[in-house]
Amino acid sequence: MQDYTRRPPLSYYQTPLPDVDYSELQGKLIVIEGPDAVGRSTQVRGLKLWLEELGHAVLDTGMARSALAGKGIKEAKQGNTLGPRTMTLFYTTDFADRLENEIIPALRAGFVVLMDRYIYSIMARAIARGENRAWIERLAGFALVPHAVYYLRAEVKDLITRVVVGKGAFDYWESGLDLGFGPEMYTSFLRYQARLIRVFDQLAVPYGFQVVDATQSADQVFHELKTSIATVFEAQPEATPKKAPAASKAPRVRRQVNVVASID
Amino acid sequence: MQTFMPNRCPGRLIVVEGIDGSGKSTQVSLLAQWLRLRGYAVAFSEWNSSPLVRETTRRGKKKAMFTPTTFSLIHATDFADRMERYIVPLLQAGAVVCADRYAYTAFARDVVRGVDRAWVRNLYRFALKPSLAFYFKVPLEVALGRILGGRAALKYYEAGMDVGLSRNIEESFRLFQGRILAEYESMIEEMGFHVIDATKSIEAQQREMRRIVRAQFGPGRPAGVLGTPEVSVARLHA
Repeated sequence: MQDYTRRPPLSYYQTPLPDVDYSELQGKLIVIEGPDAVGRSTQVRGLKLWLEELGHAVLDTGMARSALAGKGIKEAKQGNTLGPRTMTLFYTTDFADRLENEIIPALRAGFVVLMDRYIYSIMARAIARGENRAWIERLAGFALVPHAVYYLRAEVKDLITRVVVGKGAFDYWESGLDLGFGPEMYTSFLRYQARLIRVFDQLAVPYGFQVVDATQSADQVFHELKTSIATVFEAQPEATPKKAPAASKAPRVRRQVNVVASID
Repeated sequence: MQTFMPNRCPGRLIVVEGIDGSGKSTQVSLLAQWLRLRGYAVAFSEWNSSPLVRETTRRGKKKAMFTPTTFSLIHATDFADRMERYIVPLLQAGAVVCADRYAYTAFARDVVRGVDRAWVRNLYRFALKPSLAFYFKVPLEVALGRILGGRAALKYYEAGMDVGLSRNIEESFRLFQGRILAEYESMIEEMGFHVIDATKSIEAQQREMRRIVRAQFGPGRPAGVLGTPEVSVARLHA
């Protein structure tokens, strides 16, 4: 296994994207990962405000929000006819669209990109559904290696409370009902989520996840994340040589601001 | 690394490939008709035809939103959906599935668009290995004459305008098809294509295809093939 924790500058895992100059990517890429209902979105919301208060421009983005494939995925999930491999590829299309059209332009403009889930969620879901790991790892090989990946970890028993109290209902896909992991929804949820957590655990070391105990209170998790993210900004002082001359950067920044504004 | 998954189903998968204007669609319809008359249950699957993915592809094309990578991925998504919900179940039932274009189309087009060759091969590793893959070999000028001669305006992605080879759409189409042709040619041996000389008459090409199908399918219909039981195997060889 390669060392995927090398950083910065930002680079790809296995396969470069056509037409991307990786040396131009000045921003920071920070990922919050973890299973369903573990509290990622709450943390991302808080972190965005905190980072903006510190003066960073922040782009936050998450799964199935691409202009290209977001709508198609939502429609496909309505019908419950989406096969596991088609789902993996549809989500990868969505991810690639966001990476090339939102994330990379924002990084080029020096933004902090805060991701609610990353390619690891797509990988974990695929592997939990029995997909070949080498296939999905090579497929996902165009993803950028983030500056930090925080894996919010909890056991299934902790997630159940959050699902019941928070959402008030179990979701078809989050319960893995498409493959029927159990005779009914509750059992299927338990088995599927347990399997998903095991897969995340397996990805943690090779992909350099920093594990955060998500059974702590939301405030404690937030504090832990802030402390660690602060070190990401210390790690790369201003002295780092920047390739692109200032003059050519200005129009790019203006263009990217528009992109970001359209996301919210 | 193997390119595709072995087909362990009783059905057979026949693929036709080639650049636009090579005549492959005409030939595969004639072949399907012939197989049907011989008692085979025949199904078709066309490139880029999944109803689940159609809207997304349409949106992306209409607004020219695709990058080489997303173009490649959405076509693989389309392919996966047809594979999971259509091609594989039909093969399991014993049908002959005729695919007008297959993963090879992506191998050729996506690489011309600048996508990494090994990456796109891995992308389609879940595809089943065809029982037969026909490649319709045609000189570029012949194919261009057939396409540009009698049809409406070329479309943006079809002409490879996104690749930026030329600002003139017809010139872009020529250059794009030429590069795709070169990719196909380089795959012939690796992929074990049965090469059909697409400059020959329609009848001559069809005779050659039928000869190859007969040789490949052997004396008996594959176990589990649907169709009327009274149809004798001999008719395939007649």
